[in-house]
Amino acid sequence: MPLILGMSVLLACQFAGELVARGLALPIPGPVVGMVILLVVLMVHGKVPTSLRLAGEGLLRYLTLLFVPAGVGVMVHFRLIGEDLWAIMLTLVGSTLVTLGVTGWVLDRLSRQHAVRTGRPGNEP
Amino acid sequence: MIVATLDQLWVYLSGNPLLSLLMTLLAFMLAVRINRALGGTPLLHPVTLAILMLIGFLLLVDMPYATYFEGAQFIHFLLGPATVALAIPLYDHRERIRRLLVPLLMACVAGIVTAVASTLGMAMLLGARPVTLLSLAPRSVTSPIAMGIAEQIGGIPSLAAGLVLITGSIGCALGPWVFKLLGIKDPAVQGFTLGLSAHGFGTAHAFARLGAVAGAFSGLAMGLTGMLTAFLLPLLTRLFGLGG
Repeated sequence: MPLILGMSVLLACQFAGELVARGLALPIPGPVVGMVILLVVLMVHGKVPTSLRLAGEGLLRYLTLLFVPAGVGVMVHFRLIGEDLWAIMLTLVGSTLVTLGVTGWVLDRLSRQHAVRTGRPGNEP
Repeated sequence: MIVATLDQLWVYLSGNPLLSLLMTLLAFMLAVRINRALGGTPLLHPVTLAILMLIGFLLLVDMPYATYFEGAQFIHFLLGPATVALAIPLYDHRERIRRLLVPLLMACVAGIVTAVASTLGMAMLLGARPVTLLSLAPRSVTSPIAMGIAEQIGGIPSLAAGLVLITGSIGCALGPWVFKLLGIKDPAVQGFTLGLSAHGFGTAHAFARLGAVAGAFSGLAMGLTGMLTAFLLPLLTRLFGLGG
């Protein structure tokens, strides 16, 4: 039963998220709003129920698998991508490289400075 | 007689969601095995490998994507509750996130501006068509948000979703190499960077390879980036003189 209870909580939050996102015509998808709703619920409740942890962490462990069906959908766009193939591939590789570098560098620096200023190491759990 | 029976059997099986569901699970397991046999190289991510094998299989048996998706949608559906479940690691690590909130927000804005500016700049220099440009712009955001943004600024939503997925696998392949080059060892910083640059793919990768702390920060980055990009991108594309 705990798995069913945990799954119901996740689906209920997603449902509430979809309602809010559609109702207010937000550009953010329902599940992301649902994530915020669940976070607020957990903050108010003060702990993560065992049933929810069981269902949630089970799903997160196989998160990579869940992307496969959508990923196969790339095949539908072979023609569109093919028309600008080199421009697209070079841009994606170059820009992802720069983005990874800049984000990682900025956060690494800032979190270290932050740790020095507040007198607390930033990388303790 | 036997040939005809096999034929009919195939007609039945290929129209049944069971086959594509089973193929997806088998391809994924096989991809994980192959990746492990190759020493877990990030260059051939299990997800990318599984996707390539499935595309090959569909082309080989001449099955349209829509038919495949009828079965695979049962796996796809779980992405929704899994996204909601990201709130659990966020809650577990709330103290550390609160402490680092300002650096995280600043890194997020810096990352988004870099992603959009370098994407548009490079694609323009390389002579991509305007509609491709506008579909490329939201590429580092998780696909449902990217599709909404692409539509808003004048790109092709489904093409944008495809480019988002390619970005994800590139990000996972390049990530470890960039971290080594810059000497970044903190799993929180690695996770956040992957979540920002490679969205859900990066988050899944962070959970699978780098642990719960990296996963939590990656999920946070994915959510924050999605929300901030939705507001920033229309402004940035106007800056580049594109769309409206």
